[in-house]
Amino acid sequence: MTTTAEHTVPDATPIVLEKTVVRSRKTPITLSVVAVLSIVLFVIFRRGGDTTFTFAGGRVAPSLPQVVLPTTLTCVILTVVLVLMAAASWWILARRTKVPLWYSSVFAFLFVVAFLTWAAGANSRPLPITSLLLGAVSLSVPYIFGALGGVLSERSGVVNIAIEGQLLAGAFLAAMVASMTGSMWLGLVAALVAGVLVSFILAAFAIKYYVDQVIVGVVINVLVLGLTNFLYSQVLAKDPEFLNNPPLLPAIPIPGLSAIPVIGPVLFDQSIIVYLMYIAVVAVYVGLFHTRWGLRLRSVGEHPQAADTVGINVTGTRFWNVSLAGAIVGLGGAYFTLGSVGSFSEDMTGGQGYIALAAVIFGRWDPVRATLAALLFGFASNLQYTLAAVGSPVPSEFLLMLPYVVTILAVAGFVGYVRGPAASGKPYIKS
Amino acid sequence: MSQEQDGAQASVDESALQQAGDADVALETGAQVPPEQQEPNRWNEALRQIMGGSVVISILAVVLALIVGAILIAVTDPGVQQAAGYFFSRPSDTFEAIWNVVSGAYTSLFQGSIYNFGRPTFASGIRPFMDTLTYATPLIVAGLGVGLGFRTGMFNIGGQGQMLIAAAFCGWVGWSFDLPPVIHLVVAVAAGVVGGALWAGIAGVLKARTGAHEVIVTIMLNWIAFYLISYLLRTPGALQAHGSNNPKSPAILPNAILPQILGPQYQLHFGFIIAIAATIFVWWLLERSSLGFKFRAVGENPHAARVAGISVNSAIIWSMVIGGGLVGLAGVDQVLGTTTGGFGSAIDAGIGFDAITVALLGRSRPLGTFIAGVLFGAFKAGGFLMQAANSIPIDIVLVVQSLIVLFIAAPPLVRAIFRLPKPGPRPPRKQKPATPAPVAEEVAAR
Amino acid sequence: MKLELRGITKRFGSLTANDHISLTVEPGEIHCILGENGAGKSTLMNVLYGLLEADEGEILLDDVEQRFDGPGDAMKAGIGMVHQHFMLIPVFTVAENVMLGHESTGFAGFLNQNQARARVRDISSRFGFDVDPDALIEDLPVGVQQRVEIIKALSRDAKVLVFDEPTAVLTPQETDELMSIMKQLRDAGTAIVFITHKLREVREVADRITVMRLGKVVGEASPSASNAELASLMVGRSVELTVQKQPAKPGEPALTVKGLTVVDPIGQLVVNNVDFEVHAGEVLAIAGVQGNGQTELTEAILGLQPRVKGSIALDGKELTGLNVRKVLDAGVGFIPEDRNEDGLVAEFSIAENLMLDRADGAPFAKGGSLQLRFRNTFATEKVREFDVRAQSIDTPVGTLSGGNQQKVVLARELSRELRLLVAAQPTRGLDVGSIEFVHKRVIEARDSGIPVVVVSTELDEVDALADRIAVMYRGGIVGIVPGGTDRETLGIMMAGEQPETPAPQGDPRGEAA
Repeated sequence: MTTTAEHTVPDATPIVLEKTVVRSRKTPITLSVVAVLSIVLFVIFRRGGDTTFTFAGGRVAPSLPQVVLPTTLTCVILTVVLVLMAAASWWILARRTKVPLWYSSVFAFLFVVAFLTWAAGANSRPLPITSLLLGAVSLSVPYIFGALGGVLSERSGVVNIAIEGQLLAGAFLAAMVASMTGSMWLGLVAALVAGVLVSFILAAFAIKYYVDQVIVGVVINVLVLGLTNFLYSQVLAKDPEFLNNPPLLPAIPIPGLSAIPVIGPVLFDQSIIVYLMYIAVVAVYVGLFHTRWGLRLRSVGEHPQAADTVGINVTGTRFWNVSLAGAIVGLGGAYFTLGSVGSFSEDMTGGQGYIALAAVIFGRWDPVRATLAALLFGFASNLQYTLAAVGSPVPSEFLLMLPYVVTILAVAGFVGYVRGPAASGKPYIKS
Repeated sequence: MSQEQDGAQASVDESALQQAGDADVALETGAQVPPEQQEPNRWNEALRQIMGGSVVISILAVVLALIVGAILIAVTDPGVQQAAGYFFSRPSDTFEAIWNVVSGAYTSLFQGSIYNFGRPTFASGIRPFMDTLTYATPLIVAGLGVGLGFRTGMFNIGGQGQMLIAAAFCGWVGWSFDLPPVIHLVVAVAAGVVGGALWAGIAGVLKARTGAHEVIVTIMLNWIAFYLISYLLRTPGALQAHGSNNPKSPAILPNAILPQILGPQYQLHFGFIIAIAATIFVWWLLERSSLGFKFRAVGENPHAARVAGISVNSAIIWSMVIGGGLVGLAGVDQVLGTTTGGFGSAIDAGIGFDAITVALLGRSRPLGTFIAGVLFGAFKAGGFLMQAANSIPIDIVLVVQSLIVLFIAAPPLVRAIFRLPKPGPRPPRKQKPATPAPVAEEVAAR
Repeated sequence: MKLELRGITKRFGSLTANDHISLTVEPGEIHCILGENGAGKSTLMNVLYGLLEADEGEILLDDVEQRFDGPGDAMKAGIGMVHQHFMLIPVFTVAENVMLGHESTGFAGFLNQNQARARVRDISSRFGFDVDPDALIEDLPVGVQQRVEIIKALSRDAKVLVFDEPTAVLTPQETDELMSIMKQLRDAGTAIVFITHKLREVREVADRITVMRLGKVVGEASPSASNAELASLMVGRSVELTVQKQPAKPGEPALTVKGLTVVDPIGQLVVNNVDFEVHAGEVLAIAGVQGNGQTELTEAILGLQPRVKGSIALDGKELTGLNVRKVLDAGVGFIPEDRNEDGLVAEFSIAENLMLDRADGAPFAKGGSLQLRFRNTFATEKVREFDVRAQSIDTPVGTLSGGNQQKVVLARELSRELRLLVAAQPTRGLDVGSIEFVHKRVIEARDSGIPVVVVSTELDEVDALADRIAVMYRGGIVGIVPGGTDRETLGIMMAGEQPETPAPQGDPRGEAA
């Protein structure tokens, strides 16, 4: 045997096959494209006059003085900086393998400043920064709740196209229950329940009957739309005073924090549902990556069989986490009726669930990144209202398109590398 | 030395045995299976169950959905609620109220979609059915387009966007040019088909070149198309009607309008003939053409297709392009057939999403899709009468439609409800999934 | 801990996978379960591990009867398992994988990562593993991943450790290391169940051997039993694989591969600077342990690999850079390694599969329209010629047996005008009759003057078919030797070494000289 053994063990070094280093040129390309776009917009189609930014205060926070910038000069300077930064990103790439995230973030921020200066230039009305941001946060609330639910559901292995339906169901039931009972708290609970109920359908068909999760999601959205429309016309609209007149959640300023200029009124003078959102973001992030619950949730979404062999109940874990995700999204739905509008109307979510879905993907299935993506999308949505108000030439539809365009670029691999949970979308069938 | 031989001998036996053992496997199971999958696989069984649905399941799914619809109608009806208030003193009142409202609703549904016995002549009595066919026309072509994608393993949720772009293309040709009859119509229809094909082609190209998941891309393209068309419709010089402030397009010129085929008393237009032709075309494409053969091969097993020299990428792109063209026809039907006076950004009327349910109900087969399209057309036509005559919101139709699809997708559920036996071990070949199994695989995109 | 199985029976429909299996494993012993694929070993272990429920029989640990509702129960009872396909989550760290399912947590379920890391380090150092607890699984080589599996089992204080075909994915060197780990564990008092079908491994480590065949225990043996004894127990009958063939009459070089290099998606050189020639009318067998680049080599010839350097020329025509369609048109026939995945569309009928690679153009299509009549005539003819047993040509191939499926592939590939045949593992998983049939056809192709490349990991097949043998190891060709070279030499080469007496550089026509 010994001689044979000698022959079969030729060398002791482990296999190290040669590897090639892949440098991603996507970030520098993207930055360069944006830089070129800046030259076109801000230099070639430059606008004269001044741009005025105002920083209004809130109920507690003081106002800041307004800032007046010469439109052309500011835009040109910022464009030069952007072009230099884009050029430098190639240099960074040559020396390292990756352009750091903070670099791209600074670049994006400067571009936004340049864009705002340009769009609100030529002596249009002053651009109210506080209300721009406040509106952005408000619009983001359902996106963020939706995205968190999407992250949880997909991380546990169930694709959640039904965010839209969960939001709509949450909005409907919250309005009805809060209106009937006069209690905002019961309204919030009703929204949770509505989201969970929709999740049950998703979970039952996707997990128990192995129906394609995309189909279930799409169909659920149609189902909930039909159901809420039907019940709205058949029930709610017949007695709106009693059934569709929920109390609005009041804004509660947080002492101290709400007195910070700009940030105070934007973030800390909000209704309870927004504070719940902050808690939800932190809880989902911490829970997902630092607790037993999160470890198990991610394990069933990545490799259910492995989870099964260490004694984790895959089906149960998926079922309850999809339900939990539904509860979170449902809460986001309550924001429509209890947080902003004050009554339910047909199809009032209007496709915002799909923006939340986009945020999940653009945020790479990470709760914090997804939240940031949702905020970005909310900012884009609100920017169009604000720009329309100050009389900017930018057509609102193009800003509204932004989340969708960005998401397509993301899934096509132009913006970062997107990899979802490995087992997301696949039913787990024990052999 | 003898040890060495011994070792060599061992390896000989090993490989000899390995083959012999494999032979045993093959004898036992009749197929090559990796060892860990030797046990009859529950995955396969479940798949077989899901795919083993049949015409019976489809019919039962429709019945079940109608029952749920009936419950909804009954529960929300004020008359029923009132009678239920004294249910224990006079339960018959409750049942009578339920019967009245449900039978009334479904009678309207029938009279609004098939035949109205209240009319004096057959010609006017059959009018509801002609309405049904009119509503069915765009559903059929869009369903064919979505179904074609399914057969190639592509999940096209972008019907809305493809219809909107198609509407813009064919509408623009329809009102901007003054062409002779027939030619104008042909050019306008072709423009619409091209529009839909282009928009779907984006998703196809992105999927083929970058692996971007078509579900996500088509959803996003729906919204991009919506905002793009909204912008163009409110921009003078683009799609907005001249001298108008509304976000609405000009009216279509008469030469580009799809003619009514059964005279002015029925709405049914030439689009229905196109839908029949499209059904035959798709059947030929899938069952009799070389291209369709490749589509199906890619849809069933892209790996084997690739090894056999079939370009998976070009199959993906072409199936999306052709499918998008068919969905575009639905936009054409809307603009040149039913809403000829100019359209807004809601011209798709949800048909893009209905098409998914139509294709699923029709199991992605051309004839099945045609029948499913007529059924859903009937729901639409009847739904309007139901809304008018019985004041039951037409949205109940959406509920029934989506329930049908859910039930169809989960035959085990339907079987459990009706206590049907499980299907046999080998389902006949015809009973195949409405959707491609590999779709879900990378839904999360790459 | 002593493990005892008594009368375990597991049926799947009409198939009895385990028929009253009884065996005992004592602490501090390595008990081998030897049997061929399909003998029921994995089923037995899945029953033991709670993944399957036995129809009859009982499991005892230290003479106490156990009831396992799932793997969790089995683990709690002290049974650990190293799965054939690792049950590790690629995007988790080693520590996370090890703690999954029995996490140590603090307040509100917060994970105690430090404790998990310490546990990994502790077990690693006890057995001399070098495993970084914070490394991501997907970054680790296969051998190290297996160690993580072992750590995972040990961290749950497994007293009975099951290794399910652990060497299938390992290199010979990693296999030897695993053997020594197993001995170490045994000496530490663990009861080890080692499932394998490789005699060498059994003889090296086993203290006791139980042989299974067709779901039954067919005998026990001691490690001193000879190979012949073990083999006859395992197979139960002798199998001879011989092909009647005349000596090859090689012609001019037809396929010339020069400096071929293939890079895989993660940047590894899976085929590294390979040169060889295949002459018209000869069979070149490519031997080697699975996963040494053979698959990628054949895929590169067919144009399936995206990143290829070097030259592949067929009759002077360059094939590199062509797409699959053009390679097929150049006259390459290809029998893929995994016929279910790459060779056939299971839902398609036999007739459709027979035209799978000829959907374009005459004679199967004219003007974009399929010629069904031609297809059916063709299929009927081929089904007869290749003896495909099926109800009709419209039967879906997914319902056929493996042998008949392979005949369909063979019929399709051999019915084209071929200038080269590439057959990868052409008889894997086939019954004896089908193997003979396939071999006969391959030799017929050779005798008609077609150059043939056969990739096989089975030395018997190599022996039966090859006129020359190229042995691959880690992406390179170790050497090319004449057919009929003794197994010992081939074995040495498969481990990457040159044999002591340099083999003649097998020029097919060199024999005359």
